[in-house]
Amino acid sequence: MTANESAGNAQYIMKASGVCKKFGFVQALKNVSFEVGPNEIVGLIGDNGAGKSTLIKTLTGVHQADSGELYWKGTQLTNYSVHAARDMGIVTVFQDRALSEQHSIWRNIFMGKELTGWGGFLRVKKQKEETQRMMREMMGFTSSFMTPDTPVGNMSGGERQGVAICRALYFEADLIILDEPTGGLSLSETRKVLKFVRSIKESGKSCIFISHNMYHVYPVADRIIVLDRGEIVDAFVKGQIDIETLEARLLEIAGTSDIDLKVPVGSKAIARE
Amino acid sequence: MSRARSFFYRHRIEFAVLGVFFALIAVFAIANPRVFLNYRAYTAVFTTLGASIILVTSNVFIVASGELDLSFPSVIGLSAMVFAMLARAGISPVLALFASLVTGAFCGYVNGMLVTKVGLSSLVSTLGMNFLLRGLIMIITGGLAIPLTFMLESTIAKVFAGTIGVFPVQLLWGLGFALIGWLLFTRHKFGGHVCYTGDNITSAREMGIRVDRVKIWTFMLMGFSAGFVGVLVTLLNNTFWPTTGDGYLLLILAAVFLGGTPTWGGIGTIWGAVIGAFILGFIETGIIASGLTGFYTQFFYGVILILALISHRYVGLKKK
Repeated sequence: MTANESAGNAQYIMKASGVCKKFGFVQALKNVSFEVGPNEIVGLIGDNGAGKSTLIKTLTGVHQADSGELYWKGTQLTNYSVHAARDMGIVTVFQDRALSEQHSIWRNIFMGKELTGWGGFLRVKKQKEETQRMMREMMGFTSSFMTPDTPVGNMSGGERQGVAICRALYFEADLIILDEPTGGLSLSETRKVLKFVRSIKESGKSCIFISHNMYHVYPVADRIIVLDRGEIVDAFVKGQIDIETLEARLLEIAGTSDIDLKVPVGSKAIARE
Repeated sequence: MSRARSFFYRHRIEFAVLGVFFALIAVFAIANPRVFLNYRAYTAVFTTLGASIILVTSNVFIVASGELDLSFPSVIGLSAMVFAMLARAGISPVLALFASLVTGAFCGYVNGMLVTKVGLSSLVSTLGMNFLLRGLIMIITGGLAIPLTFMLESTIAKVFAGTIGVFPVQLLWGLGFALIGWLLFTRHKFGGHVCYTGDNITSAREMGIRVDRVKIWTFMLMGFSAGFVGVLVTLLNNTFWPTTGDGYLLLILAAVFLGGTPTWGGIGTIWGAVIGAFILGFIETGIIASGLTGFYTQFFYGVILILALISHRYVGLKKK
C-alpha cells in the first residue's frame, strides 16, 4: 500500500496492517492497511457499501478481523474487544449513536463506563452533576425542559448526536472515531459537529472521521483516505490536493472506467450503479 | 417543591399501581369492614406473599433484559426437591439450603447459555425447560410427596417460615430481597447493564457491555431466587409436593406487568411489581370476604390486570 507513505512511518497511535474481513461470500475488507498519527485527523471517505463501517467496527473490536494485525501505540492487539478498546482510550461515536432511548441523558453518558463507588454501586449524584455540566458547557443545552433526567428518546437527532459526542469527549480518549457523524443532521447541527472535530485537534487528540460526504471531511481532515469496495484506493495529505481535484478523483474512482467521468457533481452514486 | 414533583413524575407508574392497591383495599373494607379492619386478614395474606415478592423481583430483571423465563415454577420444584431429599437424608438443613440455591442458580445458568450461546428464544426454551424439569421431578420422586414434619420445630423452619409475634417472617425475607433487588436494579451498574441490554442490544454491545454475560447472570439470579422460594414454601408446608411451584407462573408474570414493567424490555420497576404482588395476593381474600364465591377470583385477576395495563398507557408508558 502506498497509501500511508505521506504520513511518515515513525509514529502512529493506531495502525492496521493487511486487515481482511469477509461476511459469507462478501469480501468487506481487502488487505486494508493504514495508520493514525498522534494529533491527526484522518478523514475516511467512500461510497455507501465501501466498507467504512466494517473497518471501524474492526478497529473498535465489534468485529474480529479474519486476517491482518492491529497495533496500538506499538503493541499488537490480541483478544481484542470493545471493552479492551474503551479501556485503551478509543471511543467511538457509532452511526446509530449507540444510545439507550428509554433512559435518561445521564444514564446514556455513562453507559458501559459508569462512575462507581463501593462494590460497583453507581455514584448517581456525581454522574448527574457531571451530565449537567456537560450539557451546559459542551452541548449548549440551555432549555430548562431538558435536565439530566430527560429520556434520550424525547430528543432530536442533533441533540442525540450531541449526547453521543460529549460522551466520547468526556472520557479521556486518545483516539475518537466518528462514524457518519453528520448523517441526518441539519446544516447548523453539521457545523456544530465540524467545530467539535476541530476541538479534538486543538485538544491534542486524534480522530478518524468517516463520511461519504467529502465536503464535510475536507475542511477538518489532515489526511484523507479513500475506501472503495473494501480496498484503500487513494490517500492524500490535505496540502497536496484542493477540493476540486479531490472531487474529480472521487468521481473517477466511483465511475471505475466504464462510465463517462464528466458526470455532474452529486451523481456519483448513480454512476456507480 | 419541583424536586418532589419530579420525583412523583418519574415514579408515576408506581404511584398509579399503589393507588389501585389502596382503592382495592378500600372497596374490600367497605364490602366487609369486619374482616378488613382486622389485622388477621392481612397476616393471612402476608404469610404467602414473601415468596411472590422474591419471584416478581427477579422477574423484573428478566423482563427488563428483554427476555422471559417460564421455567421458574419447575426450578422452584426441583430446588425444593433437592432440599427435601437432603434434609430427609439427615444432612444439615443449612447445607441442604445451600444445595437448593446452587441447583436453582445452575438451572438459570443453563437457561442463560441456551439463550445467549445457542441462540434460542427464551420464551420457547424456558417453556421447554419448565416441562423438562417438572418431568424430572416426577421421574425422581415417582410423584410422591416428601414429608418434613420432623423439621417443624427446627431453627431453620423458624428462621424461614416462622412468625415474629403475628408477623410472618417470610414477608420480611421477601421485602429484604426486594430492597436488595431494587438497589441492584437502580443503583448498581449491573441493573443498568440489564436495562441497556433490554433497551437496545446493539447499542449496549457497542458501548462495551458484555451482553451475553449480563443475560446469563440475570437468568442465574432468577434461578437463585426460585431455589430460595423452593425452600421457603417447603418449610411453610412442612412437606415437599411434586407440584411445588406450579401455581406461580401466570400469577407472578401478571404481577410484574400489572406493576408497570413493560413487556418490551429496557425498563422495569421492582416496587411496582411488589405492589402488583400485594394486589393479586389480596384479591382472593377480598373476594371471599366480600361474600362472593372463590369462582370470582380469576375473573377479577383478569379485570385488574387489563385495567392496570390501560392505566399504564394513560400515564405515558408506551413503546417508542
